[in-house]
Amino acid sequence: MATTTTSHGTSPGPSRAPEAAPRGFDPATARPFLEQFDRLKADLPGGSLSWVRDLRDQGRARFAQLGFPTVKNESWRYTNLRALDKLAFQPAVAAETGVRFDVLPTVRAAGTSGPRLVFVDGRFRAELSSTAGLPAGVELLNLADALTHKPDLVGEHLGRLATPDDLPLVALNTAFLADGPVLHVPQGVEVAEPVELVFVSVGSDEHPTSFHPRTLIVAEDNARVVIVEHHVGLGTGATLSNGVGEVFVGANASVHHYKVQREHTNAFHLSHTAAKVGGHGVYDNFILTTGAKLSRNEVRSTFDGEHGDIHVSGAYMVRGDQHVDTSTFIDHAVPCCTSREVYKGVIDDTARAVFQGKILVRPGAQKTDGYQQNRALLLSETAEIDAKPELEIYADDVKCSHGATAGELDDQQLFYLRARGIDKEAARGLLIGAFLAEALDEIPEEGVREAFQAYVSAWQNAR
Amino acid sequence: MAATTETVEQVRAVTEQKYKYGFTTDIESDVAPKGLNEDTVRFISAKKEEPEWLLEWRLKAFRAWQQMEEPHHWAKLSYPPIDYQDAHYYAAPKMKARPKSLDEVDPELLKTYEKLGIPLREQEILAGVEGSEGRSPAVAVDAVFDSVSVATTFKAKLEEMGIIFCAISEAVHKCPELVQKYLGSVVPYTDNFYATLNSAVFTDGSFVYIPKGVRCPMELSTYFRINQANTGQFERTLIIADEGSYVSYLEGCTAPKRDENQLHAAVVELVALDDAQIKYSTVQNWYPGNEEGVGGIYNFVTKRGACRGKNSKISWTQVETGSAITWKYPSCILQGDNSVGEFYSVAITNNLQQADTGTKMIHIGKNTRSTIVSKGISAGRAQQTYRGLVKILPKAEGARNHTQCDSLLIGDQCGAHTVPYIESRNRTARIEHEATTAKISEDQLFYCRQRGLSEEDAVSLIVNGFCKEVLKELPMEFAVEAQKLVGISLEGSVG
Repeated sequence: MATTTTSHGTSPGPSRAPEAAPRGFDPATARPFLEQFDRLKADLPGGSLSWVRDLRDQGRARFAQLGFPTVKNESWRYTNLRALDKLAFQPAVAAETGVRFDVLPTVRAAGTSGPRLVFVDGRFRAELSSTAGLPAGVELLNLADALTHKPDLVGEHLGRLATPDDLPLVALNTAFLADGPVLHVPQGVEVAEPVELVFVSVGSDEHPTSFHPRTLIVAEDNARVVIVEHHVGLGTGATLSNGVGEVFVGANASVHHYKVQREHTNAFHLSHTAAKVGGHGVYDNFILTTGAKLSRNEVRSTFDGEHGDIHVSGAYMVRGDQHVDTSTFIDHAVPCCTSREVYKGVIDDTARAVFQGKILVRPGAQKTDGYQQNRALLLSETAEIDAKPELEIYADDVKCSHGATAGELDDQQLFYLRARGIDKEAARGLLIGAFLAEALDEIPEEGVREAFQAYVSAWQNAR
Repeated sequence: MAATTETVEQVRAVTEQKYKYGFTTDIESDVAPKGLNEDTVRFISAKKEEPEWLLEWRLKAFRAWQQMEEPHHWAKLSYPPIDYQDAHYYAAPKMKARPKSLDEVDPELLKTYEKLGIPLREQEILAGVEGSEGRSPAVAVDAVFDSVSVATTFKAKLEEMGIIFCAISEAVHKCPELVQKYLGSVVPYTDNFYATLNSAVFTDGSFVYIPKGVRCPMELSTYFRINQANTGQFERTLIIADEGSYVSYLEGCTAPKRDENQLHAAVVELVALDDAQIKYSTVQNWYPGNEEGVGGIYNFVTKRGACRGKNSKISWTQVETGSAITWKYPSCILQGDNSVGEFYSVAITNNLQQADTGTKMIHIGKNTRSTIVSKGISAGRAQQTYRGLVKILPKAEGARNHTQCDSLLIGDQCGAHTVPYIESRNRTARIEHEATTAKISEDQLFYCRQRGLSEEDAVSLIVNGFCKEVLKELPMEFAVEAQKLVGISLEGSVG
């Protein structure tokens, strides 16, 4: 009361700096991971490089301070990670070579092949991978190799976009950073074939297994590339995949980054992607989720030059007691950029879906055009959706909107179909399919869209 | 929208005389010593000659408050920590125990309300009625000055119908069983930091009880005025609409211009039983601070309505133009089947004002419906946030919500934010949320200017159009006032 306000004259900061003793974290949960890290760190690739050691130590230090987030943490209020603490995860050991794959997932037509990297429990499997068909100058390799043989290729970018700050999972990944895909597309090069990245979770029957894949994608100016990530599961043991990806999109470059996550329902799938888009650049991200017991995809993208274009969309279908969390953040840091988000999801049984989408328009980012939509379809009595679409806007000459809906299938539409002799289940199937197709339409790459459509149909058929 | 120097000059001239309620009343006051401890709570309770149970309730609240933390972490507001010891928690104009009629009220006070345009003399309004036959724009007013209610009009007339409309401190004596039954039943004393503080130190406020089947024949209104320096105002309003009754209630507030910030932490509880309706309208025009953000009221208010009965309805309408900081989320708990909650809000922030406001709609009963229409206008260097929750619980079969939040930005130094939370646990519930943010379109401006309107008038017209959906929800007398207020609040922001 008897105070004079001086502080609100300062420029509006988009978010508060992380505090010393942050609210909403549980540092005690860090301990088992820290002990494992301290045992393993000498054997991690690139250990002879001081910058790699520093990066890992920073990750370790921050994770030690934070531990896993709790539901008191605003960005985790709907996703509880308490289950992780109970599971006593062991780090994945060198990939079990006994595992055989009859067919690896692909979006390619049968009988064709193309560039592909395969990771089993976070570790690279050279015998399943191929770099055939890539234009000259394009580098596609695994991070462990890159750190050992071509550290300069990754040194400039690794850890620059996804920084631990108040993101404990990024900190944890950074500490354990060891392997994952590295793709570097030089200036002006267009990669015609989609690059497929296959992540297989196998785990162990003896104990829960954790791994921390790290992805680095760099598309220099005027480059173009399509990337398709497949995340699948094979074993029956609990797994934790705590992935972090960094995507650099140069000026006038375009990166189409699609992901389908179909892990087993004993898997925890946590993923953080940070992207930066140069002037006139395009970053097009789409995530399809049907798998995992608990999954969270966090996509944070920032405009780094004017006239950039970011698309962050996705679809999810969950049932049983699955939990799917989509958290997006689009940072309109510069003027004249466009962002578009369309998320649609279907929730059945006792499953729960979370959507948190934030658009930040920083001071001066005039002529911003931001659009966001999320729609959820609840199929059962006990399904739940929690949505938090958020706009934070500090510029006036902008056009931003978001829309959110939640509900069940439309009775009138059902009636229309049934009046034409279609049975109830088939009619419901049609409507659900049509509902999800609207999201899939956001994928401009036809081959990928069709492959993803097939996953949607497969899920529906299994209902 | 570049402004000509002429416009800028004009605007400056207008802005400087903008807050016409900024005067102080020179009146002798009975003020509690600065500071806050159990003795302060006992002092207030003793001043009000309260029964033991109420003192106990206050003390429980105070003890709970001491364990609580000021909520600084989630609202998009920035202000220095408040020193709760550096204020008076009780200030009352010196007067006889309780004035029997207006003649016993200090003429200085009457003059104050006259200046504010608040009618305390019943005959004046009645005279107005005579001039406009057929209509009854009469408003019964409870005037709260700092910590006490100084006068309540039309009491006798209302009493004939069994309506109780009086200061809450009076209700404690007059109908203790009602107060005891409902006080804290919607906003418990442990609810949140400011509501808990209010529970400990609330001084006055209005109490309304509408008996079964009665339709209150006039608008009831409370006018809050903070006058004393270094005081906080903690009023508590409790409105109970018994089965099948209806009441429309208006709340207005102003405060003098002062360079220090003053705290206003009110609690409003509404209870609607079967088939009852409460319409609660607020025009909040506390002193917003000056152009540099010095002074102004910190408005931390907890307002909540419980639709306890079947087919009950609670409607909140607010026009928020004042206060340096607004922290306010009028909410509805839709417990009764088929109950309806509504929230219509226009919030305008200019200069360095900050507002974090919105609503919560908690759907518990079957076929409960809620509508949220929020219009935020941010100008100058102001920051404004809509924060809302729509929660559908598993038993709320057939629940419906429609939310529309629109923000308008005027100038590139301000901010407008939207933070809605949507939680649904019932598939038959249908929730729709839409939000937009834009500036006043060049086309609209051009259209108006082309027809000879000045830029200022054009903006005012467009903004009023933008707010129309909300303003039309206000009772007529208020709507006119509010429209003017919308214009005034934005003066100086164009360019």
